[in-house]
Amino acid sequence: MGFVSRAFKGRPRDQPRDARVPPGQYLVRDFPVLSAGPTPHTPLAEWSFSIDGEVDAEKHWTWEELRALPSETVTRDIHCVTKWSKLDTIWEGVSVDTLLEGVETAADYVMAVCDGGYTTNLPLEDLTGGKAWIAHAFDGQPLESQHGGPGRLLVPHLYFWKSAKWIRGLRLMNDDSPGFWETYGYHMYGDPWLEQRYSGD
Amino acid sequence: MAGTALQRRLTWRVAEVVDLGDETPRVRSLVLSVPGWPGHLAGQHVDVRLTADDGYQAERSYSIASAPAAGERLTLTVERLADGEVSPYLAGELRAGDKLELRGPIGGYFVWDIAIGGPLLLVAGGSGICPLMAMLRLRQAAGSDIPTRLLYSSRSLEEVIYRNELDRLVATGTALDVRLTLTRDQPERWAGYHRRIDTDMLTEVAWAPNERPLTFVCGPTPLVESVAESLVNLGHEPTRIKTERFGPTGG
Ligand SMILES: Cc1cc2nc3c(=O)[nH]c(=O)nc-3n(C[C@H](O)[C@H](O)[C@H](O)COP(=O)(O)OP(=O)(O)OC[C@H]3O[C@@H](n4cnc5c(N)ncnc54)[C@H](O)[C@@H]3O)c2cc1C
Repeated sequence: MGFVSRAFKGRPRDQPRDARVPPGQYLVRDFPVLSAGPTPHTPLAEWSFSIDGEVDAEKHWTWEELRALPSETVTRDIHCVTKWSKLDTIWEGVSVDTLLEGVETAADYVMAVCDGGYTTNLPLEDLTGGKAWIAHAFDGQPLESQHGGPGRLLVPHLYFWKSAKWIRGLRLMNDDSPGFWETYGYHMYGDPWLEQRYSGD
Repeated sequence: MAGTALQRRLTWRVAEVVDLGDETPRVRSLVLSVPGWPGHLAGQHVDVRLTADDGYQAERSYSIASAPAAGERLTLTVERLADGEVSPYLAGELRAGDKLELRGPIGGYFVWDIAIGGPLLLVAGGSGICPLMAMLRLRQAAGSDIPTRLLYSSRSLEEVIYRNELDRLVATGTALDVRLTLTRDQPERWAGYHRRIDTDMLTEVAWAPNERPLTFVCGPTPLVESVAESLVNLGHEPTRIKTERFGPTGG
């Protein structure tokens, strides 16, 4: 037996651990916030979304154009690296598959680029095949700016910092390169089931 | 947004509690000895992991409140939350000689060092003072005269963490100004602020935007959101405002 904290009991665990909660996480009912600076407020009239980088032709959308694309409603569990998880969160958004339709690229990686200078890196294959959305509504309401509105990336199978808030574009890259949080020691991939919180995990 | 890359592997270490001290009725500081501690920057935190005898584990983050220094000593300051799982253990159960697992240092953005300079504006709510205290302690230890202002919101004077030490820092330091706002109870003849931090208060306390202060805001989410928003509205550069929120409920 490894380390034991003297006299630590923890919350009652009369029920078996919920198989939907990854190791080291605990459930919350509210929706905590994590960000490194002030919340940006880009007016919708100035908002745009781009796909650029290693692509044959860039693509751009205004807010209205993005909202005119088909949206999906998805119910997913989310897991923040600061240890909270929230089950059955309901989002509405445009599938990244829809945005990538017709894009020719040989890239394997993506940098999500956001207002406020934030970035986060992901493998392209984690954004395709019905795994990622540009979310614009949460719980049936337009996404609040505190939580990343008007639009945030939603990649629920990775730690939630990968679901970049205030997203403005996807930049395709041939090679992986650390984004904002990753530069400060957070994991390049961030699989909550493998507890990939920090570099080296 | 440039910063030093921290790409070191973070291993769990067993720390020993060498001293404990109450800061307020609900807040206790723990002095830990951490063999092999690699050192930290002011503003960074550690993850603490508790393990019950059936193997159940709970992890939470705590800011390092002590200044960076050579050696293996660290101070954490923990506020006891009534129905919390971890904080009542850390700030209630732990005794000198007990062991604790932790890893770190974590975080490289919400950090300050003398070389980064100022002027410095620190804004705290409740236990949000902890990482800012590491900055103030570092500044003092270095004999720095970087112009620094702290605006600190507490419910009452009794709940002001590090009150005596803050008084001492102001008395013995250079170019340091500390302002308290007591949002719930004020002593008689209290001359300081007695409301939540708002734009008017920030106008009075913060440096003018053209002095380009570097700002660190830490506390419950609503405080952090509103302070950061007010500062941006007052004309401060968003990229010079760094925030840290103490979850999960955000007070
Ligand atoms: C980067 C960072 C740095 C931090 N630094 C510090 C610091 O220096 N000092 C400090 O004191 N804190 C700090 N915190 C906060 C700390 O990590 C913990 O969140 C805090 O101590 C509460 O943990 P807990 O286990 O006691 O409470 P939790 O068990 O997490 O509960 C928190 C609150 O939520 C309620 N709650 C949550 N889950 C349940 C449930 N299932 N049932 C009922 N109620 C529930 C509880 O009533 C409680 O009031 C920091 C957080 C971060 C992210």
